[in-house]
Amino acid sequence: MRLKPILAVLAALTASPALADWAETVEVARGQTVYWNAWGGDERTNAFIAWVGEQTQAQYGVSVEHVRLTDTAEAVTRVVSERAAGQDDNGSVDLIWINGPNFLAMKEQDLLFGPFVQDLPNIRHVDMSENTPATLDFTVPVEGMESPWRLARFVFIHDSARVETPPADMAAFVDWAASHPGRFTHPDPSNFMGATFLKQALIELAPDPYALLKPVSDMTFEAQTAPLWAWYDALRPNMWRAGQTFPENESIQQQLLNDGEIDIAMSFDPASAAANIAKGLLPESARVFVPVGGTIGNISFVAIPYNAANAEGAQVVANFLLDPAVQARMQNIEVMGSFSVLDPDLLDAEARAAFDALPSAPALPTLAELGSTLPEPHPSWMTRLTEEWAKRYTR
Amino acid sequence: MGQALHPVRATLTDGWALRAAVLVTVALGLVLPIAAGFWQTARAAAGVMPAIGFDALSLDPLRALVTAPGFGTALRLTVVTGLGATLLSVAVAVGACAVLHNRMGARAGGRLLTPFLAAPHAAMAIGLAFLLAPSGWIARALAPLVGFDRPPLWITVNDPFGLALIAGLMVKEIPFLLLVILSALSQLPVRQHLAAGRSLGYGRGIVWIKIILPQVWPLIRLPVMVVLAFSLSVVDMALILGPSNPPTLSVLLLRLFTAPDIGQMLPASAGALLQAVLVGLSFLLLLGGERLCRRIGRWWVRRGGRGHSAEPGLWALTVLAALLFGLGALAMLSLVVWSFAWRWTWPDLLPGSWSLRAWMSPGNGWAKALWNTVLLAAATTALSLALAIAWLEGEDRARRGRAGWAEALIYLPLLVPQIGFLFGLNVLFLTIGLTGGTLAVIWAQALFVFPYVMIALSDPWRALDPRLSRAAASLGAGPWRRLVAVKLPALLTPILTAAAIGVAVSVAQYLPTLFMGAGRVATLTTEAVTLSSSSDRRVTGVYATLQAALPFAAYALALLVPAVLHRNRRALLAGDPS
Repeated sequence: MRLKPILAVLAALTASPALADWAETVEVARGQTVYWNAWGGDERTNAFIAWVGEQTQAQYGVSVEHVRLTDTAEAVTRVVSERAAGQDDNGSVDLIWINGPNFLAMKEQDLLFGPFVQDLPNIRHVDMSENTPATLDFTVPVEGMESPWRLARFVFIHDSARVETPPADMAAFVDWAASHPGRFTHPDPSNFMGATFLKQALIELAPDPYALLKPVSDMTFEAQTAPLWAWYDALRPNMWRAGQTFPENESIQQQLLNDGEIDIAMSFDPASAAANIAKGLLPESARVFVPVGGTIGNISFVAIPYNAANAEGAQVVANFLLDPAVQARMQNIEVMGSFSVLDPDLLDAEARAAFDALPSAPALPTLAELGSTLPEPHPSWMTRLTEEWAKRYTR
Repeated sequence: MGQALHPVRATLTDGWALRAAVLVTVALGLVLPIAAGFWQTARAAAGVMPAIGFDALSLDPLRALVTAPGFGTALRLTVVTGLGATLLSVAVAVGACAVLHNRMGARAGGRLLTPFLAAPHAAMAIGLAFLLAPSGWIARALAPLVGFDRPPLWITVNDPFGLALIAGLMVKEIPFLLLVILSALSQLPVRQHLAAGRSLGYGRGIVWIKIILPQVWPLIRLPVMVVLAFSLSVVDMALILGPSNPPTLSVLLLRLFTAPDIGQMLPASAGALLQAVLVGLSFLLLLGGERLCRRIGRWWVRRGGRGHSAEPGLWALTVLAALLFGLGALAMLSLVVWSFAWRWTWPDLLPGSWSLRAWMSPGNGWAKALWNTVLLAAATTALSLALAIAWLEGEDRARRGRAGWAEALIYLPLLVPQIGFLFGLNVLFLTIGLTGGTLAVIWAQALFVFPYVMIALSDPWRALDPRLSRAAASLGAGPWRRLVAVKLPALLTPILTAAAIGVAVSVAQYLPTLFMGAGRVATLTTEAVTLSSSSDRRVTGVYATLQAALPFAAYALALLVPAVLHRNRRALLAGDPS
């Protein structure tokens, strides 16, 4: 055992500095258990995380414990209470599946470890040039503090057996709901999916969508959201349960679709309709649709808290998630069906072939069908939007 | 005879030592942490939380809480659902007892109640949500009769009035109150009172209300307060069955505690304190109501009316109880059916296709959660049982009954809202380095398991025929030998029953496990609540079934083990050691 550090030093002397650092990280990581705090509401993601743990255990001696969250903010709270208690090392959270406001909160409070992303060998498969999706999280510069792992695109799901022509754009939802009262709803805006629905509408309805990319101010908020609230006030009375109650999250909403209580659900995963049909959780006739102007897209990341007990193991896991074979498995509709974050142009022929060979499904949209990707507004918009929504509609 | 004096004196000092040890344990393990937790919460509520950059006393947290959208409605909802569920549960339990007492044996009653006591709140709520929803089992059964082609536009769960939540709480609380009332009745000469009352020309129902209820009330006052405190601060049931916009106060607080904006912890702490105040006020209301009823009752009793009219009302309450029990049973059944389903859509009454897949992948989590749950239940129950036996034996040896403050001490963890001190305690635990471990969870669960074990064991322990112990002493057995060789075997049935209750309480713990385990200690309950926010009722069904099966197995063992061990001891088999 004593030899290993010496070997690591030797490796450091012979290889390039970055690779040497990585070899050392891998060495230190061996034997660590990474507590990966990740939303646990999706069984296929849970199974994928379990598989990742088996693989990293076999390949790097790093095991993964999936801490299942109902809300990512739970993990943020945990790190905050640890800081409150002065526990600045040996923290209980090693890796968090994170993005958007949670990332901003942790970054602003200096609760993150890093920058570490540029040291991950597999990051070379990701397009990291300036202002690309992987470098901006809800317009906030990532600066190497979180590593991408899966792609998210906002889509609607409808039951094609009940709905022949879904609304063509966000504005059309008002008429559709008026002719189908009680058959549409969105998750509670305190949940990110509900907030995303509002943001999607905001981008389409705002007089100047570019204003949304900058931090919000009282003046821009009022001017940009006025059409949104008019639209929402027209939509809400015809929503499920008269817009008085909202499903807690997208999964509950999808369950309502399966139960036949509503006709339209939404997801941040274009493959989720196909995946859930395969799982027996949606009727065979469920299909994906997107508004004509395109939909919001973002990337899910993993970040490491500043006091993580197993930061090296966490980096090994983050790097493993970017392995082309792992990303291809992730995109496989029979496994998880989540779109890859890798850039096809940065892959070798073998890796590209693995992606091309992936199976398809009738409910799985092609990239062309998904249309254009709209950028996330600055996180401050989401916070203001949900606050204002609560003020207006929580009585 | 002269020699006998020595061991008796030794017993006395021995008793004091044991009592002191137990008291110190309880004070250090129970009172101190709760107080410390509240202190931390109070500091945060007053704006002091240096770790996130707040260190000046201010009223801002309180102001932020009060001005939060929907705060007033959330408060009203909490009061209405909490008080409503408690009052209705007490009324239904008393009514059902009045009608069924003497019509049904205590043992048969106990066996009937067991599944409902064993089913954890979260599992019950998940099942009820499926049963009652506009697309649920009841609506599906009606659909072909009434001709629904789509789920009706009913608002039967998550209704803005909290009716579904009240019903859910009642399904769980009525069995508990029935058990408590039945146990209280066993200490009263009910038959004689009834005979005397009826010979004076009073109807059965009126005798119950005028004579028996006033005697039962002091014996069930504390359990009713437990139900009240629980109903006012319940989280898991309110998440699943309660309204969502706004939710009840406890759910609102949980949302604030877990909001991405870390500063929300301060108003959340203020809310946690407010919840404690709310519970305190409701206790005052209960005691005030008690006084008022005493006055009115005395006047009513003296008036001497012989009305027979109470009987229909009591029957109505009994029918309501039966209805709720039916709902509860169907809810649990629906979870079992879901766990074997594959595709099950509206309007099918049964799954369109069946599958064992949800059960066949224990590796995905349920095996581990089951193991954690069993481990925690065993540890907390053993710990609580040991402490309870030590406490009761200490009382025996010191030959002293229990003081009122000691009784209150036992009940303390059940009377204060969990969220009020758990968050502060979390911070405290981290400070002393006891983080997110199984040990922390064992301790936190024991806080709530110990009172129930103690309550379950106290009456049978005191009812034990003292002559058994005396006979053993006269044969030369010392205090420890009397305990191990005479008392514990004679009390095997109540001890195992207390243990089963302990297991049920431990399995059902949600917030303590979540907070103290830092989310790392996954149990069937934490997983079931997490999964209830997912769309997969089939997996939820597996967890909820296991969650209910575990305490049920414990109760079954508590019935079976004495039956086998005492198969040739008829008096012990009766389950009545006196």
